[in-house]
Formats: sequence, C-alpha cells, structure tokens
Amino acid sequence: MIASRNLPLLATLLVFVVGYALCVAQFPTMLSPRVLGDLLTDNAVLGVLAVGMAFVVISGGIDLSVGAVMGLTTVFVAVAVTRLGLHPLVAFALALMLGAAFGALVGAVIHYLQAPAFIVTLTAMFMARGLSFLLTTQAVPIDHPLYAKLMSLSLQLPGGGGLGIVALIMLLTFLAGGILLHATRFGAEVFAIGGDRRAAALMGAPVARATVLTYALSSFMAALAGVVMSLYTRAGYPLTGVGVELDAIAAVVIGGALLSGGVGTMFGALLGVLIQGLILSYINFDGTLSSWWTKIVIGALLFAFIGLQKALLTLPSLRSQTP
Amino acid sequence: MSRAGRWLRAGLPQLAVLILALIANGLIAPNFFTLTVQDGRLFGGLVDVVNRGAPTALLGLGMALVIATRGIDLSVGAVMAIAGAVAAVAVNDGLAWPLALALALGAGLACGLWNGVLIAVLGIQPIVATLILMVAGRGVAQLITAGRIVTFDEPHLLWLGGGSVLGLPVAAVVALTALAVFLVATRRTALGLFIEAVGVNPRASRLAGIDTRGVLLCVYAASGLLAATAGVIAAADIRAADANNAGLWLELDAILAVVIGGGLLYGGRFSLSLALIGALALQTIKTGILRAGFPPEFNLIVMAAVVAGVLCLQSPAFAELVRRMRLRRSGAGS
Amino acid sequence: MTAGAPLLLLEARGVGKTYPGVRALDGVDLCVRAGEIHALLGENGAGKSTLIGVLTGVIAKDGGQVLVDGVEIHPRNPAEARAAGLSAVYQEANLLPNLTVAENLYLGRQPTRFGLIRRRTMNDAARALLAGYGLDIDVTRTLDSYSTAVRQVVAIARAVDLSAKVLILDEPTASLDAEETAMLFTVVRGLAARGLAVIFVTHFLDQVFALCDRLTVLRNGRQVGERTVADLAPLDLVALMLGKPLTASHLIRKRATTPGGVVARFTGLGRKRLVAPFDLELRQGEIVGAAGLLGSGRTETALLMFGAERADSGQVEVDGKTVKLRGPRDAIALGFGLLPEDRKADGVVGALSVRDNIVLALQARAGWTKPLPRRKQDELAARYIALLDIRTPDADKPIEQLSGGNQQKALLARWLATEPRLLILDEPTRGVDVGAHAEIVRLIEALCEQGLALYVISSELEEVAAYADRVLVMRERRAVGLVEGEAISPGALMAAIAGTAGEVAA
Repeated sequence: MIASRNLPLLATLLVFVVGYALCVAQFPTMLSPRVLGDLLTDNAVLGVLAVGMAFVVISGGIDLSVGAVMGLTTVFVAVAVTRLGLHPLVAFALALMLGAAFGALVGAVIHYLQAPAFIVTLTAMFMARGLSFLLTTQAVPIDHPLYAKLMSLSLQLPGGGGLGIVALIMLLTFLAGGILLHATRFGAEVFAIGGDRRAAALMGAPVARATVLTYALSSFMAALAGVVMSLYTRAGYPLTGVGVELDAIAAVVIGGALLSGGVGTMFGALLGVLIQGLILSYINFDGTLSSWWTKIVIGALLFAFIGLQKALLTLPSLRSQTP
Repeated sequence: MSRAGRWLRAGLPQLAVLILALIANGLIAPNFFTLTVQDGRLFGGLVDVVNRGAPTALLGLGMALVIATRGIDLSVGAVMAIAGAVAAVAVNDGLAWPLALALALGAGLACGLWNGVLIAVLGIQPIVATLILMVAGRGVAQLITAGRIVTFDEPHLLWLGGGSVLGLPVAAVVALTALAVFLVATRRTALGLFIEAVGVNPRASRLAGIDTRGVLLCVYAASGLLAATAGVIAAADIRAADANNAGLWLELDAILAVVIGGGLLYGGRFSLSLALIGALALQTIKTGILRAGFPPEFNLIVMAAVVAGVLCLQSPAFAELVRRMRLRRSGAGS
Repeated sequence: MTAGAPLLLLEARGVGKTYPGVRALDGVDLCVRAGEIHALLGENGAGKSTLIGVLTGVIAKDGGQVLVDGVEIHPRNPAEARAAGLSAVYQEANLLPNLTVAENLYLGRQPTRFGLIRRRTMNDAARALLAGYGLDIDVTRTLDSYSTAVRQVVAIARAVDLSAKVLILDEPTASLDAEETAMLFTVVRGLAARGLAVIFVTHFLDQVFALCDRLTVLRNGRQVGERTVADLAPLDLVALMLGKPLTASHLIRKRATTPGGVVARFTGLGRKRLVAPFDLELRQGEIVGAAGLLGSGRTETALLMFGAERADSGQVEVDGKTVKLRGPRDAIALGFGLLPEDRKADGVVGALSVRDNIVLALQARAGWTKPLPRRKQDELAARYIALLDIRTPDADKPIEQLSGGNQQKALLARWLATEPRLLILDEPTRGVDVGAHAEIVRLIEALCEQGLALYVISSELEEVAAYADRVLVMRERRAVGLVEGEAISPGALMAAIAGTAGEVAA
C-alpha cells in the first residue's frame, strides 16, 4: 500500500519520467549523456537554491530573498576579486559567511518579532538588491586563472559529455542537504517546527535555534548559488537571479513539499528542479515553442500539486466522517 | 469625535511621512513645487509624483481590501502584464478601443476571481494561491504578446497614459476616481464593515450571518480589476505592452503602500484613502532619491528600511512590549 | 510501597493564581499517591486548566507549593517540569502528526553516530518501548496514519520514557470510542501498577468510576472535595461538581405567560460523531433549557439548530413548513439567533466598535447593498447600550476593550436588534461578573415574556430550574430525557445528568 503522504512525490517522479520519455520519443538525442549533463549544469544554480528553499518551506516558512542574495554574491565576488584583488577562494569563503550571517539575521527577525516570513524576506530581498546596486550597477567580468581552471574540471561520463564542476557542486549540495534534512537531529527539528510550531516547542525542540539556522542555511545556499553563478557566467551582475526565488519555491512544491510546512523531501526538490529544466530543454529542442510556456507549465504544475495536496488533506477527513 | 477628526488622527503619521517627503523633495530640487501650464496641462514635481504613483495607488487600493481580510495578493504585477498585453493586442487586431479596454479589465477581473475561488472556495492559503498566478501570469501575458513588446498607437488608450483632464494627468484622475468608487462601494454600503469583520474574526462573522466566501471573492475580484486598470495605464504610459517588465515587483510596492498607509498585515480596519497616501508617500520618496542624484536602486534600501521599521512597530512582540511599558507606567501612577 | 503510609508522589498545597479581576486558583490542594489513578474534575472555568498549567510550568503560580516525591519544584516551562518528573499529555496529544511514530518518541534525543541519526536503532527502540504498552504498530509510518487512541498511547509512552513520575492525562478519552477507551484504560492501569501517579482529567463520570481510585473536585478556583471513588455515589459527585445541595431550590418559579404556538420543531436532528438525533419543539414565550456536563453534546445541539454545523439527519420545521438549514445565514433569515459559548472565538469581532458589533447580524441579514443609515446604527447602539446597561464610554470603543459581561450584553444586543423569534443562548452567564449575571438572567425572563422562543444551555442548574419550562438533559452526546413543568428542580436535573433518576425518586 502507498501512504498518501508519498503520493505527491510519486506523482512528481511520474511526471518527470513520463515527461522525459515523451521528450525522448520526439527527440531521441535527448537521451544522450551530454544532454543529461547539460540538464544538470544549466540548472545547477536553481538546484542549489532549491536545497536551501526546501529547508525553509518544510519549516513552514518562505524565503523571497534568495535571488537577491545570489545576485549580491556574484557582485561581491566580482568586486572583491577585480577591485580588491582578493583571491577568488577567499572571496568565496567571505561571501558564504556573509550570506549565512544575513540569513541568520532574517531568521532571528522572523522568530523574535513574530513577523510574517514573506514580508521579512521581502525586506531582505530589497536590502540585498540595493546593496548589490551600491557595489556596482554594471556587469563586472571576472578574469582570474582559477576560474578557467575550475571550469575545465569535469567528470567524464561514458558516451561523451561530462559533469562540470557546476553540476558536481549541485549534486553534492543535494547529497549534503538530503543527509542534513533526513538524517540529523536538525533535520528532524525542521520537520517538527514545520508540522506544528507549538507542539514542537512543548516537546522541547529548540524552535528559535532551528528557525535561525534554517534561514541562515537558505541564505548560505543562495550565496553558494551566487558563487556557482559567478563560475558559470564569469561575471558579477546585480540583476542576476531576478525572480529565481519563485522558480526555487515552485521546484520545492512540485517536488512534493507542502507550503504550509512539515512535509517534503530533498529528492523531490531535485526532481522539481529537473522537471523545470526538462521543460526548458524541450522548448530549446523544439525551437518553435517560446520560453514563456515554461512559466505557464510551471504554474499549471504548481496548481496541480497544490490541488493534489489539498485533496489529500481533505479526503481522509471526509472519509472518517462517513465510516 | 467627528468622523473626519478620527480619520485625521489615524492618518497623521501617514500624512506626516508624505509631507516630510515632499519637503525633502523641495529641499533637493527647489523647483519641485513649481507648477507650470503647457498646452492646458500642468507640469511640475508634484504632478510627476501623482502621475507616476498612480499605478501603485491603484494596486494599493485593491491590496488594502485584500489585506483587510487577512489575505495577500502576490499576483497583481502579473495581472498588470496580462491586462496591458490584452489591451495592446486587441487594439492592434483592429478592435474598437472600448472593447479592448473592456477585454483587458475583464481579464483582470477573471484573474481576481480565479484567486478568489482558490482562496474562498478551495480554502488554499492566499499567499500560496496567488503565487500560482504570480508565476504563470507573466507566461500568459507573454503568450498573448507572443513574447514581443507590442507597441500600439490607439489615441484613446494612449490618452489614459499621457492625456490630461482639467490639467491633471489622466492616470492620477483614474486613481482618484477609483478611490472614490471604492470608497462609495465600501463605505456607502455594508461591504466595508463585512470586510473588516471577516478580517478580524472570520468564525464570528460567519455565525453573525455574513457570507464570508462572497466577501473574499469580492475583494480578490476587486484587486484583479484594479490591477488590470493599472496595467492598461502603465502600458499606455510607455505606448507598449511589455509582458516581461510591466508591473514587475509592483506587488511589493502595493503591499508597501498599504503598510505605510497603516494597514495591519493581520487583518481588520482598513483605510483606502490612507493606502493612497501611502502610495503617494512611497512615490515621493522614490522621486526624492532620484532627484538627490542617488542611483534608482538606492530606492530598494530605503524601502527595505521603511518596511523594517513598520514591521517592528506592527509586530505582536512590539505591541506586547508597549503594553508592558504602559502597564508599568500606569502602575507607578496609581 | 508500604501499606500504612501511601507515598505521596505529588503534593500541591494551597496553590493560588490571580489574574486581573479573577481569582483562578484559590488555595487549591491536590495530593496524588504513587500507584494511584486520581481524577481531577470540575466544570469549565473551575480552574482545572490553570492548575495543570501551574503543575507543568506553563503558568506561574502566585502562592502555595508543589512537591514531587517530597522535593519542592518551581518549573518555569514544560521542559523543567518534565525534568522534575512531571509530564502532561493533552487531548490533542501535542505530538507532531507529520513525523513518524519513532521520531515523535525520540525527538531531541535520537540515537546518533557521527551526528547522523541511527534510524534502525531508533525504530527498534521505539518498537520495544511501545510493545510495553501492548501496541504493535509500524513505527516508521507517520503519526497521522494512526487513530487518536494510538497517538495518546504514543504521547504517554514518550512522557513516561522521559522519566515521568507524575503523569497528567488531560481529557484523553474525549474523542475516543468505547474500544479505544478500553485500550487506553489498560495502558493507564499498567502505569499505575508500575508505581506512577496518574492524574486523569475527564468529564465522563462513568470513566471516573470505572478507572479511578480517588478524585479531587474543583469549583470556581477552589478545591471543594477530595474523595475515594469507591465511597462516592454518582449523584453526590454531580452535586459536588455543580455545587448545589440537592434539595435546596429556594427560587420560586414564576410563570407570567403561557407558551404560545410552535416556532420551530426539530425532528431527529443529528450528526454522526457530534450528537445523536434528538427531537425538540420550541414555542413562543417559552424557555427550554439544556442541561448536561461539559462534552455532553449540549453545545452541539445549538450548533445544529443554528445550521453552524450541517446536520446529516432529521428535519427542521418552522411555522409548520419544512425548511433547509444550510448555514447560519439560513437560520438568521428564519429569525434565529445564536449566542455562542466561546465568546472570544465565535462571538465578538474584537477590533470593531461596539456599534459595529451590535448591528452586524442585522446588517448581514439586510445584505451589503442595503446599509443601515448611520443614524439608524447610532440609534440601535444607543438603545441597546441603555436597555442592557452596556458599560462603555461610547459606541465607538472597540468591543475587545470591554469586560466580559459587557461584551456578552453587546452580543445579546446583536441578536435582539434582528428581532429574532428564536434565541439560542449557549452559557450566556459564563465568565461574567455577578452583577451582569443577574441582569442577563432577568433579561432572559423578560424576553420570554415578550413572546420569544428561547433555548438556553447552562451549567447553572439552579438558574435553569428557575426559568425553564422544559429542560433537555444531555449525556454522552445524546439527549437522554426531557424534564417538564413541576418536575424541574436542580435535584431532578442533577439526577438526570448523573443518570440515576431512580435513586432520586427513591
């Protein structure tokens, strides 16, 4: 028997497999390792963001600031490397630390002021975007030998194509995120506060710490996504990642997470990212379809999954009323 | 206390913010308050603020109603893009302008009703329900414009963006008219009372016989309609429908306008006129930042700071603090 | 355990707690022995929740002392109470339905290796732990796939495993069926046999007699009795809880009017799991009372009659015509009004003014397109503020700033403004001060004389007996009798509630 809780995840898997099969049926080359590798590489940034967003959404919150934090990171890294002459690795480390601190602050405001997460993270979004514009309003190209070296690293796949560093970072992030979410006490606390904050507090879960850490993690991931983006584009640009927070939220929800919190999986978030990537690649392959179909299809999928979850929530109670 | 007196007292901080922002503008640009008449039309800093602030003000009116019911509408920016796209494509396809306008507003109304059904009938949280249209809406708008920036030159529609009535920009007149219409619709009927009751205590409202679903449908429909109006004006202003950028992030401005206007994010008492003043204050601050020679992006930081301040003031934790301080003071006094 | 001096595991002496204007606990004693199942009883507002809050560290007491195993404790939160050996399990179990059974049992203390949870070890431990309670379930499934009874046992297992010596069970059986209750009883008896002190809070008196050894009764914040269950008759227990001597009915029933025509007739009205089908007829100028303990289904009858809950059986006739009650709007259109039991959650619209609150139902019935003119609103507000003596500086004051009694009167005004034919009042005098209490009772009688049909739910039997023409007696979610006319006395009602009508007659 399949627990109804797993149904959204199974539905996601089904959507991905069927979708991929349909794509391959039409364009057999989409099965090639190269295309698969590209799928991972092109969606690496979204993937890294989705890992952080999964924690936030499962904890019952939302983080609208990740796109802006990511943009700020690309600018910060570019400015630090080109103008201050810092080594990229030092700049990366600084950016990640600052990102985590920024998120911790956001989490603290949400917890201690009891303010709605979406308003607080919205403010954080403005703040981060504004800061990146203060650093530069132009794109700042990065020309450092380390970048070329890092980008040349890749794991060769059988049958041509390879996994570049960007894709590897994403996969490692998902792996680490999955372990953290599903196999540690912190992960259990995230599920606990997302399920029922009050009950979690009564059971002795450190609600304040978990909330702060969750948003710190999300911002850290956003900064990491910024680093990845910086590697990918070799530049810093303040408008990087406008609107990407919505894609990340959509990926997590399509991946079976409940926006009201308490339910979700890291694997589902990965699938959600891949489904979005699949839609994009299909549109690229087709050539005649336009990119806006992505948004419409994602919107439709969002609706379908939110509807499915609503139905799953209400159906059992209906059943129990008529025994 | 008279009704006007009460309104003035409640709105004092908002008015103060607006006046301070205006004075700051005057200090930055000494000609800010100068009004000139050209071709029977007023020009000047004030007119500029009113004109540019109109779309935000329109969205703010709808958002004020939605927030009063303890909801939120994230889709207004996307709805603006859809309405602009519909209007532009319709007139370019040779439809008469009133029909094109009606289609655009109808599209907005339909979007609002869609949100309303998800929230009132299916019981989905507002933030989640409107997120769907926020994501998909822009895609729909691009679908309508086929991804291009659709320019149009239908004079009547363009008049909405650039024309003037009695010297005032049409956009501002539309916003004021919308304010008047919605003031009448909420305060000259019982709708305003019902909206506030549903926002404060939905359960008690239902038991008192209020059609809570109908009220929710109404406010989201109103928000969609107002967003569509703002969308047509914004498109007329740039003489084109740009599905990608029309109304981008304006939902946030609208929320800010309501918050600056003193609207409680936790539902309840609302004031449409204060939301409008909030929108104007927001626009004045933005204009001032530009005139002071800061990059426009500096706006974001200022807006973030303003929201952060208001957020602190509104938070239950802060209210608790104030209550304790008052208690201590009154305790010491007695 | 020595037979001579039973070991007192929990000893609460003279516990007091005062809120602004309310003495919630007034020198309450509660002593529970090791190996004992001790019932804690009392009506709503008697102080049970406050006492439990004090014991578990949720509420700070302002008097008295609490000793666990002879050591005085001062818990500031549930965690500290738990560390002192005192845990509570609530009706809703306060667990996390989205986590697995094992995760719920071990949240915060999962076995780990290198920071990773050892899931298999945890699940094995959970299985072994629950086996001790006779529960053999898949601990890797989420808690929400199990019934409330299983959740209760899991909550108990968690609490006991966290080294509880004293376990408080707060209405654990409120939503359990007979079989589940029996299972829970077995678990509770097992705990007592292991030497724990169990405090069992319930309003099912039969369960007290079936399970408990001793009991403590609270009323109006005071401890009014500590008895051994075996020495107590059900009727004495009800008398203890409701606080009126059986024979003392000093009030003289005055009947100014004779009941008129039938306003509403409810036939076989009921809803599964809520209340069993019941019949009731309400006439003009007549007060029908409803008596029963908390959780007896008395409130649910009101909700069904008002359409606030949809009935799944039965029909409603108004003026001889069958009508549909799809919701409160239908009921209000028919001229019904409901003063709800939970004033704060279901009644007042807190941030709105007294005037808005008074006109709300009338305005809702008129519809949004027909606003009451401001003058008419002011008139209505002024009239009812004067008529009901609502103490407020002006009609513009937000209703949340009024005292409980004045809020209640404003809500009454809300319904009177609709000029109803049938008024349903659920505990109209709860939580109001003495003065307002008397005024509300007088008002009920006056309304009846004006020809309204009234249905009044109250746990104040003395009061009900004084003004009611007929009283519907509720027990265990069904109507068990209708006491009429001269037969109505507090004693008779008490007997009917306790289910021992025979003993009274004897």
